[in-house]
Amino acid sequence: MKKMLIVFSFLGFVYACNNETSSDKTSGTESTTKTTTDNGNPSYDPERGAGKFTNVDVKPELDKVMAEAGLKVYDVKCGSCHKLTDEKLVGPGWKGVTTRHKPEWIMNFVTNVDEMLNKDPKAMAQLELCLVRMPNQNLTDDDARHVYEFMRKNDGVK
Amino acid sequence: MNSSKRMLTILLALVALQWMSCKPKGASNAAAGGSAEKAYVAPGKYDEFYNFVSGGFSGQMSVYGLPSGRLFRVIPVFSVDPEKGYGYSEESKPMLMTSNGFVPWDDLHHVSFSQTNGEIDGRWTFGNGNNTPRVARIDNKTFRTAEIIEIPNSAGNHSSPFITENSEYLVAGTRFSIPVGDNQDVPIESYKDNFKGVISFISIGKEHGEMDIAFQLLLPGVNFDLSRAGKGPSHGWFFFSCYNSEQANTLLEVNASQRDKDFILAVNWKKAEEYLKAGKGVKKQVRYAHNTWDEKTHSAKHEIRTEVTVLDPAILKDICYFIPCPKSPHGCDTDPTGEYIVGSGKLAAIIPVFSFTKIQKAIADKTYDGEYGGIPVIKYEAALHGEVKKPGLGPLHTEFDDKGNAYTSFFVSSEIVKWNVKSLEVLDRVPTYYSIGHLSIPGGDTRKPWGKYVVAYNKITKDRYLPTGPELTQSAQIFDISGDKMQLILDFPTIGEPHYAGSMPASLIKDKSVKIFKIDENQHPYAAKGEKESKVVREGNKIHVYMTSIRSHFAPDNIEGVKLGDEVYFHVTNLEQDWDVPHGFAIKGALNAELLIMPGETQTLKWVPEKVGVFPFYCTDFCSALHQEMQGYLRVSPAGSNVPLSFSLGKKGADAAEKPASK
Ligand SMILES: [Cu+2]
Repeated sequence: MKKMLIVFSFLGFVYACNNETSSDKTSGTESTTKTTTDNGNPSYDPERGAGKFTNVDVKPELDKVMAEAGLKVYDVKCGSCHKLTDEKLVGPGWKGVTTRHKPEWIMNFVTNVDEMLNKDPKAMAQLELCLVRMPNQNLTDDDARHVYEFMRKNDGVK
Repeated sequence: MNSSKRMLTILLALVALQWMSCKPKGASNAAAGGSAEKAYVAPGKYDEFYNFVSGGFSGQMSVYGLPSGRLFRVIPVFSVDPEKGYGYSEESKPMLMTSNGFVPWDDLHHVSFSQTNGEIDGRWTFGNGNNTPRVARIDNKTFRTAEIIEIPNSAGNHSSPFITENSEYLVAGTRFSIPVGDNQDVPIESYKDNFKGVISFISIGKEHGEMDIAFQLLLPGVNFDLSRAGKGPSHGWFFFSCYNSEQANTLLEVNASQRDKDFILAVNWKKAEEYLKAGKGVKKQVRYAHNTWDEKTHSAKHEIRTEVTVLDPAILKDICYFIPCPKSPHGCDTDPTGEYIVGSGKLAAIIPVFSFTKIQKAIADKTYDGEYGGIPVIKYEAALHGEVKKPGLGPLHTEFDDKGNAYTSFFVSSEIVKWNVKSLEVLDRVPTYYSIGHLSIPGGDTRKPWGKYVVAYNKITKDRYLPTGPELTQSAQIFDISGDKMQLILDFPTIGEPHYAGSMPASLIKDKSVKIFKIDENQHPYAAKGEKESKVVREGNKIHVYMTSIRSHFAPDNIEGVKLGDEVYFHVTNLEQDWDVPHGFAIKGALNAELLIMPGETQTLKWVPEKVGVFPFYCTDFCSALHQEMQGYLRVSPAGSNVPLSFSLGKKGADAAEKPASK
């Protein structure tokens, strides 16, 4: 029960941050914030994030091979900081992450960390919570896709 | 008093005068000069050249930007370096192994770049270790020492590591001649009979740059000083300056300055290759170290080699020729056309310039002046293109621009003199601040110099910067040479003694620079690729900790069950895959040092606990907002205690309480 409460307040905080992004709250953090308003920059889609992935083809059912490959990447490059539960370690737990973000957003985030952390309202709100900039772990495009599939598996997709 | 002695006395008196007045003539101008905007590189903008500067007695090489003079990096080469953990981590210790064992500090004098077609190709930088004779290869992709080879039959590897125009060879000529062979226990007085000067030709692998001693030349007992390969028409030849042709073995400052002329040695190395192929070499038993760094295992390997092939030019007559050169020559520099060889007699009042064409003719016509140690001596006039008259005092080293001009450093009169190679006419001179040793023009020793800057590397800095006790930094000065007149634009402090340097356009290196080591390619035997693989394993009294680090924790961060008498090996794998995010590792009371681990790399710290207790360890390289939290504890129990070996990360206090550690 206690855990649930923490999760709720956590989500609430993210949500709150989201709402007041960039207009005043984050103006002091990075000089690039001026380009990051949700609606100020029409070319930026906060659902998709900044990066090369614009349209990821995701089948309704799980791709087991990809998910297996994703687990391997997770073990080497992600597991130190992200639990598979909803518990925050260095970074947020992965439980439910595929329901919170579009695949494009996640894959852009893990391959284009620096720009996302400087620009994307949701990513910036996360940084305010975690206070450690996610390391760019130099994932390849395939790595990113595999990790995403593994995240889906973790979220119960069969 | 004969005339040469008188000259010497006058010269010495002049030198003394200079030193008494301390500031050489014109030094105040050097202090006042400057056109700073030409050296200004705005914050965030890049320099045009990388400048690799030897650290002299520091044993390291440092890398600066030109024209800003910014220090980018100190590359550890022949000396341990606490900033990088070089020579402290178990993996890097083998790099400093020699036939004498571990040598933690040496003297690095000269820098040389790999070349293709007589131009800098940007792949490798070489440096010499003077005291324990060695040559190192630095990989310009990582700015790290990739290989070190020791030089047998050599002492004071000064005439080194100069390179041929396709990186076929680089040389290692001995400064000190020594007894060579089976009986080395000879009277020092028997120098003339028993001492030999050996020059080594080190081959360089075409693909990976690996070094191997291809052959050695056995030469008379003189002191080899500097050298330069031929290029263009003189490709296939090598030139060495030498002093002490008197073959004195005591009080050399007087006894090695008796003759009006010493020598430049011209070596036909293509001929030597032929003799080598024809089996004219003699194999000698020796012992020397060959150490290599492997970027996949993140470890060095040390091996001892036991054989070299020696050629004797006194028997194989057409490999070597001496050319008389006034007087105690230091520099010996080939111009970009490959036709002219400039000798610089430290004690000479002129600069002789030799012609390769004339040298070839003299050899064909046998225009000799007898022999020296079995080697033909070419008549001075027969080899001479001409002399630069009254250039200054104490010429040391000459480099060239792309317009047919030479720039010579003058140690005694503290100045750089510009003169025309063909006409031998002096064109310009600028004071330096002061006692300049070597100088450097980007590509100034190749067929394609970038005649934009000349950098002076000075020995004395008195009055130049804020005082720092009895020792002052040494300094370099950058002059713009794009116009007719040299113009001082900046000076900057350097590390150790900036003995020699080379520069190359940033574009040759910048985009090839390694940013991370890929964790999937890490083949270190104790790597932990991911926290899942972190563990602690006991093997007898050795404890192997497979540890990972990532912003901002170690795994594991609590370790118990280590006992007095154990040796603990922390194998730390940095899981980061992001540029410029090393992690450090230090544990209280370690007698060795600390580690610095690059992204994707594994490095090992050996720690032998000497006390019972709990010892904190932490990350020494600021890595994130939670860097200060990047820490852990290791518990050491008495020998024979029954505390089980255990390790953990993130277990709750309650979990630990369930299984209280027994004593
Ligand atoms: Cu750290």
